[in-house]
Amino acid sequence: MKIAIIGNGISGITAARWIRKLSDHEITVISGETDYFFSRTALMYIYMGHMRFNDTVPYEPWFWKKNRINLLRAWVRNIDFDNKTLMLDKAKSPHKTRPAIPDLFQYDKLIIATGSSPNKFGWPGQDLKGVRGLYSYQDLAYMERYSENLNRAVIVGGGLIGIEMAEMFHSRNIPVTFLVREESYWNNVLPKEESEMVNRHIKEHHIDLRLKTELKEIVDDGNGNACAVITNQGERIECGYVGLTAGVHPNIGFLKDTTLEIGRGIKVNKHLETNIKDVYAIGDCAEQTQPLPGRRGIEAIWYTGRMMGETVAYNICGQTKDYNPGIWFNSAKFLDIEYQVYGTVLAHPPEHHISIYWEHQDGKKSIRIIYDGNNQEILGFNLMGIRYRHEVCEKWIRDKANIVDVLTNLGLANFDPEFYDEYERQLIHSYNQQLDKGGTPITLQKTRGLDAVIRFLRQPFS
Amino acid sequence: MNLMDTSLSLANPGARLDNVQKLGLSLASIGVLILLVTIFGINFPNPGLFAGISIALMTLGGVIYTHRTYGGKPEGIKNNGVWQDSLSNRGTWGWIIGIILTGFYCLLYWWPQYLGLGSDGAANTGMVAMFDPLSQFLKKQNASQWFVYGTLYTVAIFVMGYKYIYKYRHNRYQIIRTLSVMFFQLGFAFLIPEILMRLNHPYNDFKNMWPLNYYFFDGWSIDGMINGGSMGMFMLSWGFIMMFVLSPFLTYKYGKRWYCSWVCGCGGLAETAGDPYRHLSDKSLKAWQVERWMIHAVLALVTLVTMAVIFSYVNDNQGKILITPLILLGIIGLLIASVAIVTYLNRKSMQELDKRIMYAVYGILGLIALFSIIAFATGSRNLFFIDSYQLRSWYGFLIGSAFAGVIGVGFYPIMGSRVWCRFGCPMAAILGLQQKYFSRFRITTNGGQCISCGNCSTYCEMGIDVRSYAQKGQDIVRASCVGCGVCSAVCPRGVLRLENGSDDIHEKARYERTIHITEDEIRILS
Repeated sequence: MKIAIIGNGISGITAARWIRKLSDHEITVISGETDYFFSRTALMYIYMGHMRFNDTVPYEPWFWKKNRINLLRAWVRNIDFDNKTLMLDKAKSPHKTRPAIPDLFQYDKLIIATGSSPNKFGWPGQDLKGVRGLYSYQDLAYMERYSENLNRAVIVGGGLIGIEMAEMFHSRNIPVTFLVREESYWNNVLPKEESEMVNRHIKEHHIDLRLKTELKEIVDDGNGNACAVITNQGERIECGYVGLTAGVHPNIGFLKDTTLEIGRGIKVNKHLETNIKDVYAIGDCAEQTQPLPGRRGIEAIWYTGRMMGETVAYNICGQTKDYNPGIWFNSAKFLDIEYQVYGTVLAHPPEHHISIYWEHQDGKKSIRIIYDGNNQEILGFNLMGIRYRHEVCEKWIRDKANIVDVLTNLGLANFDPEFYDEYERQLIHSYNQQLDKGGTPITLQKTRGLDAVIRFLRQPFS
Repeated sequence: MNLMDTSLSLANPGARLDNVQKLGLSLASIGVLILLVTIFGINFPNPGLFAGISIALMTLGGVIYTHRTYGGKPEGIKNNGVWQDSLSNRGTWGWIIGIILTGFYCLLYWWPQYLGLGSDGAANTGMVAMFDPLSQFLKKQNASQWFVYGTLYTVAIFVMGYKYIYKYRHNRYQIIRTLSVMFFQLGFAFLIPEILMRLNHPYNDFKNMWPLNYYFFDGWSIDGMINGGSMGMFMLSWGFIMMFVLSPFLTYKYGKRWYCSWVCGCGGLAETAGDPYRHLSDKSLKAWQVERWMIHAVLALVTLVTMAVIFSYVNDNQGKILITPLILLGIIGLLIASVAIVTYLNRKSMQELDKRIMYAVYGILGLIALFSIIAFATGSRNLFFIDSYQLRSWYGFLIGSAFAGVIGVGFYPIMGSRVWCRFGCPMAAILGLQQKYFSRFRITTNGGQCISCGNCSTYCEMGIDVRSYAQKGQDIVRASCVGCGVCSAVCPRGVLRLENGSDDIHEKARYERTIHITEDEIRILS
């Protein structure tokens, strides 16, 4: 069977790897972006000089040959679903060693994993030169070209890519103005204290953070280049580059006039099948028609892409499996502050979500634990500047562990390096302080250490 | 890898030094130049004073540069521009530094007269003479080129160690580890041996052990210790305690890092002076294949040479020491038998190994047995028919000097800071074997949090592709890992942690490992 995968990002490549593990099907991955799979999340580190592009490539070239995964460097212009044919355009590649790119490519089963594109909301001037999002390798190359002698960059949109882009320009001593529509950074996801911590940290790095400020217009210098932005407060900010980081949307423009059912993304069921037989969609471009409770239809993050890749491989190889992303987790790094979240931590929680919060006096570390006030069951963990163990937090949440159990054993979750201070006692102190008068104060029973963790993880899920 | 361009950079973002940083670098460079000009015959009127000025300038320049580069900014990972700076990306400056270092090591090992070492009782001149006053102060003797080297080595570890600590001031593991290598360098490698010599005791670096200290069993070394009174006997016993008790115990509990990145002098220099070059190590599978054969070949070589030297020593000293050739033959037989027994008892886990590795091990054991019997039967004083001391001096030249020194440090700016530790150090080979099979140390990964970004692999000085494990959620148990902790530090998602645990180390490591990187793939010859 011939399987074609469009897109060589984490979703498409994970699918290819798992199909190879499970079967002997012929696998071809088609991408116009790069010759080899690279880590999209590491684009910022290339710009900042931490790594070369090669260093962001997880598998050496021999890997693909050895695992018999064909790589085609081409853009897919169109898909003829009736005849199971892809129409290809050659992509520019510096390498001539690759097989010639055919114009047409026949498949038996197709996986669409084309990822996202940065949002544009119809701002005047949004298509000028020097205005671009940051998603692809080409976006990075574009940003690099504009960085020489850049007087200032303006970044529009206060999410994860926005702060990364701010850090990138800042690393080259290019002044950055960071426009954030909300009254505090990423406060539709982060609880208030954590969001404010990031605000402070952005300013500590001398990045010009403008809260409650929106882009109104990008100004043309007369030659089609961006030369300034005008905010909704009427201020004009001179700049040579505008980064658009107000979220992403599925990259499915080339599929608009086909029989494929499309909402915001490509509609898929729990087996990641689209409305067309033998066609699947995974990753950022897929939209679950029936997402699990508490989850969104489109979750454009690395981890869900990886999980979908694995799930679709099972389904294609004849072992039917529902897509189940498990308990929510995510992570990021806001300049120097690492962030990890496990389970349900809402920016605007309902009343019965009780929060225990401790923040270090340096204002750069915090622990937040959420539990259900009705039944004392653990709901989630939110960490800033402190590392917690994924498996331990996940097991507590899945087991619906009692908050007292979790707190007394909280050291099991600590994943900070050796010799680092442990702050679990301080968090328990916060809990004891906010107890009703009738409650019994608790003390920490377990501190950081691997042996106890392994014993704990071996206990069967209850 | 043959992939696009190595850096997207069109602008030259590497040239970002401000005037204060330039001042720091200039002061340090002047300090170095004061020493280097002596090679070209320039002698200073007051050599001791100029040595002091040189060291003071290097220190001051280093401190100024460090504070300007890392100070006044929030604490965190400071790798901006590493791959864009010609000093650290194998650019022009990197090559210049590499050539200067390599040249210095060549003079040091083979032409010390150009450093000013006086021969046949002549007074020192040039660089060596500059260190006479300090040497006189410490041990009431004039300096040798080795004293100069030891002093500069210690200065390098301290100045660059200070820089490293300041760079990683948010990371207590890095701070304590660096203080540890500074302590062992100053105390154990520099001061104590000099003071011992002042007190007419044999030279001894108490933290050094065979086989890194390959001259431990040399005739002069053994004689020195045997005739060195109670202090000499202590040194002899300490050498054996280190080898057979302390090292196995600490490696079992904490992995080879207790030595390689906390105590060892070579490791100490690599972790401090070599830190700006740690990302230059080769991460390819090919490099790993070469590494495995090379480092174990050096281990085999040092073992053979040492046996030969001991054999000759025992033969030459019959009647003077307790051990007779017959007893030695017995010891050799016992060693061969114990290796065979250990291999037999572990035959299940050995099955994973490349068969050729086993053939190589058995072949070497068989040859040793054969040569021992022939040499004993013919009454030869040389185990391998070649003069043992000649063999030993070849080893010293090829491995001890050329590999460990010239290539090991001279090539920092080209091949990364751990070339010697990774490809050549027999001590690292032994500790590595123990780390892989009998140690509680591992690097654990944090569930599914890895984003395959590659920072861990890039900054691994030992060239381990850490990411290949982390992205599979698989624990890392690798013979070569020196436990520097930098992978964990640079990980932007909090995925890696160095741990010691009594529970089964291979549960999350060995079996999953064979999914992508099977032992088959790391064969070099197939």
